[in-house]
Amino acid sequence: MAIGRPVEVAAEIPEVAARRRWLAVVSEFCRKRPLGAVGAAVVLINVVVGLGANVIAPYDPVATDYGAMLAPPSASHWLGTDAFGRDVLSRIIYGSRTAMLVGFACAFLGATVGAVIGVASAYFAGKVDLILQRVMDIFLAFPLIILALAVVSILGTGIGNVIIAIAIPMIPRAALVTRSSALAIREMPYVDAARAAGFRHRRIILRHMLPNVMAPYLIMLTAYLGQAILAEASLTFLGLGVSEPTPAWGLMLRGAAVQFAEAAPWMAIFPGLAISLAVFAFNLFGDSLRDALDPRLRAQ
Amino acid sequence: MTRYIIKRLLLMIPTLLSVAVIIFFLMRIVPGDIVELRFAGESAYAQKENLDKERARLGLDKPIWTQFLTWMGGLLRLDFGTSMWTGAPIGEEIRLRFALSLQLAIMATIVAILLAIPLGVIAALRQDTWIDYAVRIMSIAGLAMPSFWLGIVFILGLLIIFKWLPPMVYTPFWVNPVQNLAQLIWPALAVGYRYSAVATRMTRSAMLEVLREDYIRTARAKGLWEKLILSRHALKNAMLPVLTVIALEFAFLIGGLVVTEQVFNLNGLGLLFVEAIGHRDYTLTQALVMLVAFVFIFVNFLVDLAYAWLDPRIRFR
Repeated sequence: MAIGRPVEVAAEIPEVAARRRWLAVVSEFCRKRPLGAVGAAVVLINVVVGLGANVIAPYDPVATDYGAMLAPPSASHWLGTDAFGRDVLSRIIYGSRTAMLVGFACAFLGATVGAVIGVASAYFAGKVDLILQRVMDIFLAFPLIILALAVVSILGTGIGNVIIAIAIPMIPRAALVTRSSALAIREMPYVDAARAAGFRHRRIILRHMLPNVMAPYLIMLTAYLGQAILAEASLTFLGLGVSEPTPAWGLMLRGAAVQFAEAAPWMAIFPGLAISLAVFAFNLFGDSLRDALDPRLRAQ
Repeated sequence: MTRYIIKRLLLMIPTLLSVAVIIFFLMRIVPGDIVELRFAGESAYAQKENLDKERARLGLDKPIWTQFLTWMGGLLRLDFGTSMWTGAPIGEEIRLRFALSLQLAIMATIVAILLAIPLGVIAALRQDTWIDYAVRIMSIAGLAMPSFWLGIVFILGLLIIFKWLPPMVYTPFWVNPVQNLAQLIWPALAVGYRYSAVATRMTRSAMLEVLREDYIRTARAKGLWEKLILSRHALKNAMLPVLTVIALEFAFLIGGLVVTEQVFNLNGLGLLFVEAIGHRDYTLTQALVMLVAFVFIFVNFLVDLAYAWLDPRIRFR
């Protein structure tokens, strides 16, 4: 196997170079956009907390303790307990898992499907474009939450349906943004070349055009993360999202939290703070990413 | 200009028509059926003949094209029919709730404008100082906080600090303005703050852009008052994108305040929408969808007109 080695070495070099470049990009981002880096750090913490919830959380999130109902924050329960004596901190930690899952899944689904439709609409132009745009316009006339509500009441509750319900209204918005970038790409010589080479539409759209709308795609994706978390909390708060006993932030604000607001304000305050902090971090990160990626803004 | 207005108004018709077609058939594709939902509670009585009788009463036994044409005929006469669930005329069902939602949307818009424009202008003028950072963080925080939670916090604050709760029963403005405002000011503040976040950011970036224009330098060079430069030359031109954002958000507020309505125990359009969809009340859902779509399209139209009025460079044909 004498010839095995040089090939391996050759394969390794671009990989190392790519890794170095990636590190350089990350460190430059941190240096130039400290607020964005803080946002990214909080997002990372949220993800880690969500993934490691069973290790980090001091209590079982669904274990009731009738000896410690509505207990105020103390050394044993840092953020107090709820009406069933469940530890608020543990429930917030487990809630992070639900929020991150819904956030990432919805944003990915919404932005990706939207991008594919947007690029296809720009590529085919003419009648296809016109029809797709009119359909998108009609969907755009409705608030995100109303559309999500409609989809959830059709599909039923449960985490999978909630993800679909939130992702669907995101599609037209993402399609609109990627379409406008794709219109310019459509005129590029390499798209003509690909067409002249006889590639099929699907290949041209997915392999030639889609990678070139990465910047608007990433911007939409990060903007959607925060929105998805807010939408999930709102749906859950209305009783149309995630249901008990799954710990979710919106669920913690529902019912008892308002009922016992005066006696146990920690029940209503902390989950809301968790939502706000997570969305705040996603928005900070998303904003900085947009500034870094959008060439129009970079020039200023 | 008149020709443009007429053309735009006429263009609203095909859009509304397609909304009507889509929502009509979408509602019929959706699984679940109002008659079965209504009899679900009393399954023992849910004989097939009872279900069929109810369907015939609601006109659901007729072929779908007949149903569609009946509805379309009603739409042309602005007659939305009666709610399938309550049996009340839809105009009546919607009117009071629309008044409430409209008032709340207007109040929230006023709160948002009062917050956004001064803050955005100050942030732009003091770019990259601590004032700018404070305003930016405040607006990103506004986007992050769910307005229903903000509402809960307001109620909590009032309860704990002032030992007072806003009235929980809705009184129309013309019956008792004080009572009405005492209830609606809190949701308006909660929604308005969130809504101001987008507008503040827009004001700031639009002002920054305009302040770099040549005509601002010219105005400064000829020794014009700074106050006059800001109000006449800069702000007026920076208002275009801000106006768009505010108007579009306003259109969304009419139907999109479901959760805030829930927190403050308000019977607005948002909650009516949820109930209507939940009951598969075809006629009521269709009417609400048409209303929300109409408001959105009409506000868009007004924005375009305002553009032409505010920016003489834009002339429509």
